[in-house]
Amino acid sequence: MTEKRIVAVAAGLSTPSSTRLLADRLSGAVDTALRETGGTASVETVELREHARALGEAMAAGFPSGELKRAVDAVAGADGVIAVTPVFNASYSGLFKSFFDLVDIDDLQGTPVLIGATGGSPRHSLVLEHAMRPMFAYLRAVVAPTAVYAASEDWGGGGDVHASLTERVSRAGGELAALVSGRPKRERPDPYEEPVPFERLLRGE
Amino acid sequence: MQFGIFSVGDVTPDPTTGRTPTEGERIRAVMRIAEKAEEVGLDVFATGEHHNPPFVPSSPTTMLGYLAGRTERLVMSTATTLITTNDPVKIAEDFAMLQHLAGGRADLMLGRGNTGPVYPWFGQDIRQGIPLAVENYALLHRLWREDVVDWEGRFRTPLQGFTATPRPLDGVPPFVWHGSIRSPEIAEQAAYYGDGFFANNIFWPKEHFQRLIGLYRRRYEHYGHGRADQAIVGLGGQVFMRRNSQDAVREFRPYFDNAPVYGGGPSLEDFSRETPLTVGSPEQVIERTLGFREYFGDYQRQLFLVDHAGLPLKTVLEQLDLLGEEVVPVLRREFAARRPAGVPDGPPSHEERKRALAQDGAHDDADKEGAK
Repeated sequence: MTEKRIVAVAAGLSTPSSTRLLADRLSGAVDTALRETGGTASVETVELREHARALGEAMAAGFPSGELKRAVDAVAGADGVIAVTPVFNASYSGLFKSFFDLVDIDDLQGTPVLIGATGGSPRHSLVLEHAMRPMFAYLRAVVAPTAVYAASEDWGGGGDVHASLTERVSRAGGELAALVSGRPKRERPDPYEEPVPFERLLRGE
Repeated sequence: MQFGIFSVGDVTPDPTTGRTPTEGERIRAVMRIAEKAEEVGLDVFATGEHHNPPFVPSSPTTMLGYLAGRTERLVMSTATTLITTNDPVKIAEDFAMLQHLAGGRADLMLGRGNTGPVYPWFGQDIRQGIPLAVENYALLHRLWREDVVDWEGRFRTPLQGFTATPRPLDGVPPFVWHGSIRSPEIAEQAAYYGDGFFANNIFWPKEHFQRLIGLYRRRYEHYGHGRADQAIVGLGGQVFMRRNSQDAVREFRPYFDNAPVYGGGPSLEDFSRETPLTVGSPEQVIERTLGFREYFGDYQRQLFLVDHAGLPLKTVLEQLDLLGEEVVPVLRREFAARRPAGVPDGPPSHEERKRALAQDGAHDDADKEGAK
């Protein structure tokens, strides 16, 4: 089995951030699940804070450049994506949205995506379902059924609380691994290498 | 190789004085800039087409017709003519008229336009941008080549027995460039017809345009118009010069920082690194421009953007003096020295295309004689 490229995008702002912590836990779970089924994975993590200035510039200039461009390309070319954001004002953070605004409508078509979010209180957990899942649905990504929300208390709680987060992370990782494994290698014709022949354009195809 | 300037025609306040020119002042300034381009030895002036403030050039052939009467050698062109929202019949008529008035010194660059509301204002749908460009140009192409056209398409009312007048000068349709910043379909269209392809590379990194131009060149050869390196390529450029490069940076920075298209984005330095923008000495502009051929191959037309962001007319005219005296003569010499044999040194001129047409006609006659 060929190595699956997993790219995790973490929009946390502090260092270390619980968003990065959750992204790492999810990455680990995906990696473990892939290996259990005989596969291998490479996991790359994109910390959006490192691209904060470049994201603003990309918005104004109309194109991403440098390391940010490489990060967008990595997401576009990934076999599976893990996307984790802190909850700000009842939605994903602006930095998170800015990054995915640079992803083209066709870039994530059919790509398995695992979504996660972090917040100070469990009351914001539906951001996953009301904000993140619709955005990835728009991008025609395949979003894993289990989305993982981690509130502050999830990190500290012992017993049932902590076991619950671990279980959700593990289940979500398994789901993404299964989606990634079951997905044939995506064939994306490069429109610059294989243009639609002009006769077809003339016929209105 | 042709060198020239292209103007967006923006009416922008000068950030150093706060003064905004009137539309009338700006229109006269653009005309003065175009005339100056000829005076300093440039080859081409191209105007944009816009239908919303703060831009003034809504009626390009009116401007270019005026300039045709005021100039002797300058080629009139556009950057771009909206093939999506203009009626192709009117484009055929307007540019054939311009061609007559300019004695063949006219060509045009077709583009789709990226201002969303212009489409509905002219009764079109932006989601049909590519199909509109394909169908409208297919009609325009026929209107200049067939005296009587019967036509029916998806976007325009049908034509029966229609003749576009005046007929193109000497029966030679104006040379057409197709301009695009991202669509492989438009590069494919230019290649299919053997027309020119203009990559307005001024706002985006070069890697993207290498792919777009590479596609056009390969497909130009595929469609049998010549070798890939003989395809007709035009490029944009954006410069601000003073003899001393620090002076150029100091003077241009407030214009860069406040310009609607740049302000609030990457710094002047970052933008200069990522795009062709060159703010510095004439030598730096020469070096940067010669570098374009390393990325894109030998090309035929270079247009510079020099008159935007609220720069005063006097400053723009000084830029043209520097281009004409110090930059373009060196670029002409150096590009010529590097260009391999067999690669055209410019887009085909009206006279060359007239001769080619006459030869084709002679071949046709000979074929008919042979058939007898």
